[in-house]
Amino acid sequence: MLMGLYNYWVVVVLMMIGFYIVIAHGNLIKKIVGLTIFQTSVFIFYISMAKVKDGTAPILEQGTELYSNPLPHVLILTAIVVGIATTAVGLALTVRIKEAYGSIEESDIQSQDNLIQEAHTQDAQSQVTRSQVT
Amino acid sequence: MKDLFAVAMLVGIYGLLSASFFVAMDAVDVAFTEASVGAGISTLLMFVVITMTGRSEDPVRHKPLLALIVVVITGGLLIYGTLDMPYFGAADAPIHQHVAPRYINDSMQEVGVINLVTSVLASYRAFDTFGEVVVIFTAGIGVLALLSVVRRRDDDELIDSVNDSMHEQHLILRIVTKMLIPFILLFSLYVQFHGDFGPGGGFQAGVIFASAIFLYTLLFGLSTARRVINQSLIRLIAAIGVLLYGCVGVVSLLNGGNFLDYNVLSSDPIAGQHLGILLIEWGVGCTVASVMMIIFFNFAGRQEEQQQAKEKEKS
Repeated sequence: MLMGLYNYWVVVVLMMIGFYIVIAHGNLIKKIVGLTIFQTSVFIFYISMAKVKDGTAPILEQGTELYSNPLPHVLILTAIVVGIATTAVGLALTVRIKEAYGSIEESDIQSQDNLIQEAHTQDAQSQVTRSQVT
Repeated sequence: MKDLFAVAMLVGIYGLLSASFFVAMDAVDVAFTEASVGAGISTLLMFVVITMTGRSEDPVRHKPLLALIVVVITGGLLIYGTLDMPYFGAADAPIHQHVAPRYINDSMQEVGVINLVTSVLASYRAFDTFGEVVVIFTAGIGVLALLSVVRRRDDDELIDSVNDSMHEQHLILRIVTKMLIPFILLFSLYVQFHGDFGPGGGFQAGVIFASAIFLYTLLFGLSTARRVINQSLIRLIAAIGVLLYGCVGVVSLLNGGNFLDYNVLSSDPIAGQHLGILLIEWGVGCTVASVMMIIFFNFAGRQEEQQQAKEKEKS
């Protein structure tokens, strides 16, 4: 009986693959790929819920009684196009990060940020000591 | 996998596979969109970005064990949650009880469009779709703000010479593409206007139209494509698409109906519905096609700019 739930398990497995890529990889492009897989798993979740056994595509026809649910199709259809548009914004940010930092590895970006911050605090400290001397 | 080129290629294959999966699930409209977006546009964008950011990944990994534990726990909880879900393909699942029967039984009298997905997308849930179109438009503006470069006139001739030398090798591809492009464009228009009767609509048509232009750009070079497609014109069209959609809503308000209530657009409610759906599908198609083109041209333009800067440094 439990086999009737296998579509959800496929979705969960795909979603976890995407989730793992997002949290375990430092490369920003790979993170975006992970998000894409995560996103697709949600699409598959919706579409598989809309499926009715022995039903057909939701285009009205004489002599057909059983259609799959059109509502999730509508939601996902628009979500796919919105998804590619937002992915493009993510990729654009990646390009700008590469230009600013020279790297798209999370660890490199973090260490560079830390260096800048240390330099700032040292500057501030030296200014404080200078003002104390004068 | 360390090679990002292979990763992008696999993403494309994954997109195509999920499109065929959607066909198997009777979601033909969705499959249409996913095939052109997942297998075409997203792969292409990834390639352009990879040429700018470098092909290989840093081999250092950070604590995969901790991530794995988190993922396994979350996955286990989600699987536990699915145990209460209705079975796959069950016709009496809660999702099929709420509004779906009305869409299936009454939409022929209320909207008069054979394709249920179109009638739900463009009529019952038109307000939703308006929001989505605005999101796409905003994403286009975002990419424009992040990546747009001011081009200088004198660079154009230099690019031309580079392009000519680069693309002469692909003679067969160029000729075949030249023959294919009119058909792709025609097909996208067919998808746009036939969306009432078969799978299709503004979203799919916009994406297919944009991918024909991408194909042209790939084989004939960016500067040639820029000469064919005026950059400021497609920005204008993107805005006009959203505006057209909103205007249909405002006109129906002024005619005494609700926002995006097409029944009042014409004396006959069904004719009004048809008119409204036609207009807003046009708006959607225009916006989607031109936003996709804006995104692609800006990525490619950025990449070209970087290459030129490198060449200048060398010389």
